Amino acid sequence: MGQSMQRHFVQELEILKTTIIKMGGMTEHAIDDAVKALLERRGDLAKMVIEQDPRIDAFEIEIDDAVVDLLALQQPVATDLRFIVAALKINSELERIGDHAVNIAQSALQYSTLPPVLMHDDIPRMARIARGMLHDAIDGFIQNNAPLCRGVLKNDDIIDDLNRRVVKELVENIRREPVCLDQALELVRVSRNLERVADLSTNIAEEVIFMAEARVVKHRFGERDGK
Amino acid sequence: MDHNPKILTRGLSVYYGQKQALREISMDVPRNRVTALIGPSGCGKSTYLRSLNRMNDLIDNVRTTGSVEIDGLNIYDRAVDVVELRKRVGMIFQKSNPFPKSIFDNVAYGPRINGVGDRRRLEEIVEKSLKRAALWDEIKDDLRKSGLALSGGQQQRLCIARALAVDPGVLLMDEPASALDPIATAKIEELIYELKQNYTIVIVTHNMQQAARVSDLTAFFYIGELVEMGETKKMFTTPEKKQTEEYITGRFG
Repeated sequence: MGQSMQRHFVQELEILKTTIIKMGGMTEHAIDDAVKALLERRGDLAKMVIEQDPRIDAFEIEIDDAVVDLLALQQPVATDLRFIVAALKINSELERIGDHAVNIAQSALQYSTLPPVLMHDDIPRMARIARGMLHDAIDGFIQNNAPLCRGVLKNDDIIDDLNRRVVKELVENIRREPVCLDQALELVRVSRNLERVADLSTNIAEEVIFMAEARVVKHRFGERDGK
Repeated sequence: MDHNPKILTRGLSVYYGQKQALREISMDVPRNRVTALIGPSGCGKSTYLRSLNRMNDLIDNVRTTGSVEIDGLNIYDRAVDVVELRKRVGMIFQKSNPFPKSIFDNVAYGPRINGVGDRRRLEEIVEKSLKRAALWDEIKDDLRKSGLALSGGQQQRLCIARALAVDPGVLLMDEPASALDPIATAKIEELIYELKQNYTIVIVTHNMQQAARVSDLTAFFYIGELVEMGETKKMFTTPEKKQTEEYITGRFG
């Protein structure tokens, strides 16, 4: 003793942050693996994603508990309060991203049992962008990096456009070649889920910007990309 | 919870003349934890605290019934040496009360009157106590400075060092930070968090947020009765009794 004691509250905040980072990592892997399972037609990998989702759910409960305790016992204010509120919301968004990974994995599982007659080139592209957005949003959280998160917001429109195009083209595909219906349906499902992953990653990025700068950017188009 | 509590109270009642200040209090204080006593003015929390080292004996017309066992021994037993008790169960008061002596002599006072004469031994005890009270670094260059010349927060930590110097097992704190500014308060709270590794601590506070920050267990007193006691986390998120909920949320009291 004799050195300045770090307040144990600060240690509790660090633990909370670390737990969110772990949950973020697990969620990123789930999306990675689900998309890989689709593109490489690997039912085994898809099954693993589905089986591991409860671990993400367990994190959500752990983080919710930790946040309630911190609010009740430590009365945080200013940056600490913004961080804790952001943590609570990001927690919920990550859990939902985990659910979308399961949806993608379910489609991948189904798709892997069907004849390999249909793929859309924009799906791997969407997957890359969505994974990048999630990764940057989580990095932004770790580093308290608002500019990085602003970059995430810009990508949301690109994914929206891609999703619209993919669905449109797949529907045309179904009209031309009805035998591809089952595959097309799974790909449509994957596209929509990737679009949701991008949306939720955008939400996370908005929370980080609020946390870092105390500025609310959600629901305000002017702040985002001049649209 | 704790099957080996440090302090066991059974049916403790305290009367000031005709007025019953505590009504049959039975509760366990676990060792090496911080137990906070909360409740509105006049609820009996300070009376309870003082009964743990028989400070109430010093008040006229006080009558105490029931038992308080510390490490298995009823402290109200006739054979108990009250002076020895108050070494083992030290007390820190709301208004710090350093002696009008040097820092060194403040801390060395207790060991000296208990027979420690060797200078080197005294220096060891003083240094260890001041370090444990998180005051050493701030004053180690001039232990001859008067205790009264320290800031409020430092004086309070000096009083804690003084209590620690006689090797207590329990520290009783009666609103130890209410006379201090926020930074000094934070230091005391952090100190309490450190001390509980080695001591059993019971703290009376009228500041509920402090109880929430600092304690492991919280006991809510109201008009001389123990209304509810539980893990602090639970008390401040999901208390069982409506009265507790109303007090904690500021709806009454």
